[in-house]
Amino acid sequence: MTDDILKSGLISAGWAWYVAIFTMASLVFCLWILRANRTQKGEGGKDVKLHGTNQWDGLREWDNPLPKWWSNLFYITVFFSIGYLLLYPGLIVTPGALNWSTDSLHRAEVQDAKKQFDPIFDAYMKQDVKTVAADKGALQIGGRLYQTYCVQCHGTDMRGSKGFPNLVDNDWLYGGTPEAIKTSILDGRNGMMPAFGEQLKPDQVTDVAQYALSLSGRSSAPDAAKRGEETFKTTCAACHGPDGKGNPALGAPNLTDNVWLYGGSVAAVAESIGKGRQGKMPAHKDLLGEPRVHLLAAYVFAQSQSQAGSK
Amino acid sequence: MASKHDIIERKTGLLIALVILVVSIGGLVEIVPLFFQKNLIEPVAGLKPYDALRLAGRDVYIREGCYNCHSQMIRPFRAETERYGPYSVAGEFVYDRPFQWGSKRTGPDLARVGGRYSDDWHRLHLVNPRDVVPESNMPAYAFLDRPIGGPSVAARMKALKVLGHPYSDAEIAKADEAIKGKTEMDALIAYLQGLGTQLKAAKG
Repeated sequence: MTDDILKSGLISAGWAWYVAIFTMASLVFCLWILRANRTQKGEGGKDVKLHGTNQWDGLREWDNPLPKWWSNLFYITVFFSIGYLLLYPGLIVTPGALNWSTDSLHRAEVQDAKKQFDPIFDAYMKQDVKTVAADKGALQIGGRLYQTYCVQCHGTDMRGSKGFPNLVDNDWLYGGTPEAIKTSILDGRNGMMPAFGEQLKPDQVTDVAQYALSLSGRSSAPDAAKRGEETFKTTCAACHGPDGKGNPALGAPNLTDNVWLYGGSVAAVAESIGKGRQGKMPAHKDLLGEPRVHLLAAYVFAQSQSQAGSK
Repeated sequence: MASKHDIIERKTGLLIALVILVVSIGGLVEIVPLFFQKNLIEPVAGLKPYDALRLAGRDVYIREGCYNCHSQMIRPFRAETERYGPYSVAGEFVYDRPFQWGSKRTGPDLARVGGRYSDDWHRLHLVNPRDVVPESNMPAYAFLDRPIGGPSVAARMKALKVLGHPYSDAEIAKADEAIKGKTEMDALIAYLQGLGTQLKAAKG
């Protein structure tokens, strides 16, 4: 009994007893009031007049007993409550015969689902992502998971949008191996392009932008690009590499492949340099759990393979 | 027959007093003990009161009526815990005055939206929801890109401190400084990103 009171979280057992005693007393009170206020038909089944003035404009008020079915309904509600309080934790001092709680209902529901779905996930978990990516059933599950959890950012066609990477262009910030994809989904990724707007002068920023564009042959001002090269070597090469090919360990994008996550105009590239970019992939380990992420990674990998080159 | 009931019916003052007594019993038994229940009055482990920026964001959330379409209350059903995360518990809302549980879900529940999307995503989504969710019918909130206005946040934090929110004097002193130069959108996103992040570890 003490355990049940503790479980309720009440700061003292007195409050549990307060509820229990008050509730029981109310039930007794209801029974008493029903019995104490019974009235009976007068002698020989005559109607009973109400005491005092009981006639208005020829209408009379009587103090006759309630119809039986009516008063019995009152009794039934009282006995129903007693049954209810025996089965459910209404009195707090006892959990009730059914030991019912919303938490136990939820747990039972989750257990049922686990029994049904865990064997399916377990079987896939035993295979590596690449093998799963060849399984038609797994891809169907993965596809549905993708359409539920990933489309908000990466789009229904998996081609992303500004700031949200295209998953099927075979261009990967953090690596496109099945394992790297799985890590990205599980633990998330934090892009960290610092803002150079304070360190560099505005025309230096445009020069570097021109140089970055020249790496994929898109510079519109060769002179500016040349001026930007020096700054690039001293400032940008640390992450993007001296040749601008990027570094998947840091998530530093390859600048030579003409894929621009935040737009490839001079203005957009200059904005990336001046204000920095903090692309963030949220971690999904807690929300989805590893078995689902495993299937998702397989789906993304399979799609990236089959759609690669169809930019 | 002169029943006792007759007396009650004839004395209106007595009738009123007895009616109030009977009606108040429900409240006395069902509501009063809740004020003495630990899991309802104590914050869950790690819960902190809203910092200045989040508090300002919460005010934007309330002013814009976000609660009209978004609930912040994950119910203990598998269908909900699968989609949103662990179900909500009372201790998560002790620093919510008033709570934003809501009762209508035109949009998804937001009780655990914190960390689910990036700040950039929220910005795009608030400016024009259709840009990231084509079938969305949420209104655009591009106009929130303006400085936080309204009365001082520090004053509100002071008032909340009176109600028992554990703000330190230093936090209150720095509050107005902390939101300087921020937009209402910044504040709203900061608020959203903090929602429901305390119970993450204890996935139910």
